[in-house]
Amino acid sequence: MTNSLWGRLDDVSGDAGYEEHPPRMGFFTDTSVCIGCKACEVACKEWNELPEDGYQLTGMSYDNTQQLGASTWRHVAFVEKPLHPTTTDLGLPGMGPPGWDTHESGLPQAAPSGEDQATESGEGGIRWLMSSDVCKHCTHAACLDVCPTGSLFRTEFGTVVVQPDICNGCGYCVPACPYGVIDLRKEDGRAFKCTLCYDRLKDGQTPACAQACPTQSIQYGEVSELRQRADLRLAELLDKGVDVARLYGRDPDDGVGGDGAFFLLLDEPEVYGLPPDPVVTTRDLVTIWKHVGAAAVTLAGLGVASFFGRRS
Amino acid sequence: MVPEAEFESYYGRQIVKTPTWKSPDVPLYLFFGGMAGASALLAEGAALSGDLQLERVARTVAASGAGVGTVFLIHDLGRPERFLHMLRVLKVTSPLSVGSYVLAPFSALASAAAAAQLTGRLPRIGRLAGVGAAVFGPLLTTYTAALFSNTAVPAWHEAYRELPFVFAGSGAAAAGGAAMLLTAPAQSAPARRMALAGAALELSAAELLKRRLGMLAEPYERGRPGRLMRTASRLTALAAVASLFAGRSRAVSMMCGATYLTASTLTRFGVFEAGLASARDPKYTVVPQRERIARRQAAGRAADEGKGSSATHTATAPGS
Repeated sequence: MTNSLWGRLDDVSGDAGYEEHPPRMGFFTDTSVCIGCKACEVACKEWNELPEDGYQLTGMSYDNTQQLGASTWRHVAFVEKPLHPTTTDLGLPGMGPPGWDTHESGLPQAAPSGEDQATESGEGGIRWLMSSDVCKHCTHAACLDVCPTGSLFRTEFGTVVVQPDICNGCGYCVPACPYGVIDLRKEDGRAFKCTLCYDRLKDGQTPACAQACPTQSIQYGEVSELRQRADLRLAELLDKGVDVARLYGRDPDDGVGGDGAFFLLLDEPEVYGLPPDPVVTTRDLVTIWKHVGAAAVTLAGLGVASFFGRRS
Repeated sequence: MVPEAEFESYYGRQIVKTPTWKSPDVPLYLFFGGMAGASALLAEGAALSGDLQLERVARTVAASGAGVGTVFLIHDLGRPERFLHMLRVLKVTSPLSVGSYVLAPFSALASAAAAAQLTGRLPRIGRLAGVGAAVFGPLLTTYTAALFSNTAVPAWHEAYRELPFVFAGSGAAAAGGAAMLLTAPAQSAPARRMALAGAALELSAAELLKRRLGMLAEPYERGRPGRLMRTASRLTALAAVASLFAGRSRAVSMMCGATYLTASTLTRFGVFEAGLASARDPKYTVVPQRERIARRQAAGRAADEGKGSSATHTATAPGS
C-alpha cells in the first residue's frame, strides 16, 4: 500500500489492477530539437476537439498560450534568456528581472552551449529555449488518487485519463497536481487534461502531438525504451559539451515515481515553469490521516472534559 | 523575518494551479461542518448530564450546520447534479471521498436526532442517532484539514501537522459559541468550557503552524489572509477572556458566542485564502523545492565523499 502512494513502482498498470496489459506508453520530449512551431498544440486541439481558450497577446516571447489547462493539453514555452556577459561583473544593476543572470543559477559556467539553441549576436546574445509541455502521466498521480468519484483512472497503458461522464467538477484534482496541469473548464464545470490520446492508443496509433511534431522533439513509445533513448541523447549532448542538458521526470526514484511523459531540458526546470523537485502529496498521506485522527480524538476528549467541573 | 529568496520562474507565472474551489462556498462549508461536528459532541454530553435546553440547542445546531454545509458543498461542484457520484467509490487516498462518507451519515444521524428531540417521537432511536452523530462529529470537524493538506498547495500541504488541530479548536469554539448564543447562561457552562478549550487549542496550533512553516508561514501573515488570521485570533482571544464573565449575564454570553462564531468563520476564510495566495506565487513552490534539492545534495556529498561523483545534471538525476 505504501508503495502505491509514492516511491519506485515498476508496473503501474499492474498496481492499478490490470492482470494483463500492454507496456507502459509515454512521451519523451527532447526540447533541444524543439523549433517552437506549435504543431503539437494545433494537432492536439484538432484531434481532441478542444474549445478555444482565449485569444491574448501576452508579450511572453512567442507564447500566447501561457499554460496547460482544461482546453490546452500541449503548451509550448518560449524562454528568452540573456547569455551571461563576458565582461567583468562590476556589480552594477543589470537588465531583466532579478535572478535571470545565469551566474546565480548554480550551473557550471559553460561557454555558449547548445549551439543549435543559442542565437549569439555579440555580447547581448540571447538563448532562446522552447519546450512543449504536457501532462506528465505520473507513476504516482495525485490527481487520480484524490479524485473522489473515480472519474480519473489509470489506463492499461499506464496513463491517467478523466472520464467526463463521471466527473462532477469537485475540482480536487486541480490543486493536487504538483505540475499545475489539470484544470476545470469553467463553462462546462468538469475537469479535463491530456489523455495521451487514449482513443488513438487503443487503435495502435501515435498520439496527435507526436504525430505532428516535425523534428521528433516529441517522441512517443514504450516508457522503458524512451528512457534508454533519453539517456543516449543526454550522453550525446554532454559529450558535445552541452553541459546544461539534463533529464526531467525520467528518474523512477523521484518524488512522483517518475513521469510517463518526461523531458530533456537545457536549463533549470523552473525556467520553463516546471517545479524543480515535485513530490506527490500522497507521500505524506498516512501522516496526514494520523494527525487528523489525533485531532479528532483530542476534540472528542475536549468534548467529554467540558462536562466535568463545577456547575456555575 | 526570512529574507526574500531569489529564484527563477517562467515570466513570474505560478506553477501549481490556484484551487478552483469557490469562496464563500468552501470556507463556509468548513465553518458549518466544523461547528456541526463539535455540536454533536456537545449534544451527547448534554443528554448524558441531563441539560435538556443545551441538548436541544446543540442538536439543532448540529443538524442545521450539517445541512447548510452540505448545500454549500454541493453548490461548489462544477456539476452539482452529480453530487451522488461522490458515493460511487470509497477511496482513502481522497479526503473528499472519505469526507463524503463522514458527512452523509453524520447529516442523516444528526437530523434524525434533532427531529426526534423536537417532535418527541421515537426518543430511543433519536438518542441512538445522536450517539452515532457524536461518533462521526470529530472526524467531520477535522477531516477538512486533510482535504486541504493533501494537495500541492504549498501553504496547505506543509501545514498538515497543525491544520487538523486548528480546525478541531475552531470547530469546538464555534460549537460552544453557538450554544452560548442560544442557551441561557445557567445551562451553558459546558458550552463555555468547550469554547474556551477550543479557543486555546486553535490559538496554540495556529501559532505552532506559523513557527514551523518558516517561509511558507508568510501567506498566513501577509495581505488579506494575514489580516483575516490576525483578526480571527484576536476575536478568539477576546471571546475567551470575556467568557469568564459570561456565566451570569445573558447579554455577555450572547456577545461572546457571536464573537466565537465570527472568529471561527474568519479562521476558515484565512486558511483558505492563505492557500490560494501560496499557489499564486511561484516563490512558494520553487524555493522550498530548491532547498530540498540542496539538502539532498549536501547529504549526498557527505555520504560519498571522494567517490568522484559527477553532479552536473543535478535536479532529478538518479542517485547513483
